[in-house]
Amino acid sequence: MYLSREEEAVARGERGETLRRMMEILVALGDIYGAEKLVPVRSVQIAGVSFKNIGDAGLEWISDLDGQVVVPSILNPAGMDLCRWREMGISEDFAARQQATIEAYRRLGVTIDCTCTPYQLYDSLASRGDHLAWSESSAVSYANSVIGARSNREGGPSALAAALVGKTPLYGYHLDGNRKPTHQVSVDANLSGSDYGALGFIVGRIVKDGVPLFRLRSHPSNDELKTLGAAMAASGSVALYYVDGVTPAPPVSPAAWEIAEKISLEKSDIDEVYEKYPGKDADIVALGCPHCSREELEKIAGLLAGQKVQKELWVCTARKIADSCPDLVARIEESGARVFCDTCMVVSPASERYRKMMVNSGKALSYIPGLCGVRAGLGSLEECINAALGRN
Amino acid sequence: MEIKCHKVASGKAGGPALVTKDPISFLGNVNPETGVIVDPAHELFGRCIAGSVLIFPGGKGSTVGSYVIYQLKKRGVAPAAMINLHSEPIVAVGAIISGIPLVDRVPDDLLNLTDGTFVEVDANSGQIRISQSSTGT
Repeated sequence: MYLSREEEAVARGERGETLRRMMEILVALGDIYGAEKLVPVRSVQIAGVSFKNIGDAGLEWISDLDGQVVVPSILNPAGMDLCRWREMGISEDFAARQQATIEAYRRLGVTIDCTCTPYQLYDSLASRGDHLAWSESSAVSYANSVIGARSNREGGPSALAAALVGKTPLYGYHLDGNRKPTHQVSVDANLSGSDYGALGFIVGRIVKDGVPLFRLRSHPSNDELKTLGAAMAASGSVALYYVDGVTPAPPVSPAAWEIAEKISLEKSDIDEVYEKYPGKDADIVALGCPHCSREELEKIAGLLAGQKVQKELWVCTARKIADSCPDLVARIEESGARVFCDTCMVVSPASERYRKMMVNSGKALSYIPGLCGVRAGLGSLEECINAALGRN
Repeated sequence: MEIKCHKVASGKAGGPALVTKDPISFLGNVNPETGVIVDPAHELFGRCIAGSVLIFPGGKGSTVGSYVIYQLKKRGVAPAAMINLHSEPIVAVGAIISGIPLVDRVPDDLLNLTDGTFVEVDANSGQIRISQSSTGT
């Protein structure tokens, strides 16, 4: 891989041991994937934040680093609400280590926003054509597909390396040649809300790490695209997709596409997912995977208005979003539901004490059983709220 | 015998070979406190990777595996060096953050090396030295 004179100096250790190792990470990845050079990134989003996932090993590694990030960098969700962790039933020991992890990132100059939806917080992190080094699979999918930026799915260390060096190796989804559609998916049904999560749940399993191009009858909102991409990134490892007439178009003309498979789906395929994973008998309902937007919080507040929940109901969002609409948060919490920030049902150990979780997210449906040891069922937002209100 | 290889993570170290044809998921396959392979389905089940020159096709599984390699190193139970046919990002990043020499792009028949053969990995110069010629059986 070509390195500039300055990059060579970093690689030789002339800017310190931390930067030397960070550059070694970038060069090793560049070699593995055949990158020609490094490219500057506009922003970084770092995974490896929840102490449940990184453990003492990850905390030790981050704490041992010595440096400052050189591009705007924010974090993935943590294992708990950083303020209300006691209410989540988090132990003192876990909380101390989670806080230490956050402090270790703060010391490196990382902005302490813990969210899987950085694009809902700051417009300045990504625009069309920008190179990024983001980690969270649903955020990468959203950035590539909806914003039209360019990011691979970074691991925690490679994202942090990009943040400290300000660059990432130029390969994969950074290059037009790897952004061609590989599958065509036609859906002959009107979809809304969690249907997009069910659709993503199906398609991710079929296309794995492919690049699906959807032809849909309905026109998805940004929140619905968020749901679709998150589910495909969890049930498969889709990092880029297209929706004909909705998202930015592929960078190469249709003649150059290499469509390996054409898939046709109907409403009955979507319904099958709900039937196979019913939300019945759940002892907790959790919304906000990926983190709720302000519009989603408004919907939830409207559906709960004047009623009391009979089951535990969590609503997960970014702290910045919750802080921007305290009235909405208060309206949701009047029902007995709780709005937790900085964390989510997938990465928090607080989920583990439940038997079955009802969600409106294809991503949570994919991950909750394996990562939390809790059964999961899928419902629409309305069905989830009804279940929490004891109406099913 | 000397074999040319490609540096992934810098450094130089030697030890007895521990060889498997199974890929390794450091998260789940390996106990991070002891370095023992704990997955009954793995060819190296019950074996300890500490101090070895671990020779395997490559990594697989969760990216948290990189931190597990760091944890093994901090506990003193990491391999001395690692050799892959083709390194993927999880093991590559794990080796770099842990300061464990890692090389790849070696001939496939290195996976036929007898366990216990002394192997020295010099990632910096892209050389593997095997103390006696013992590929194959």
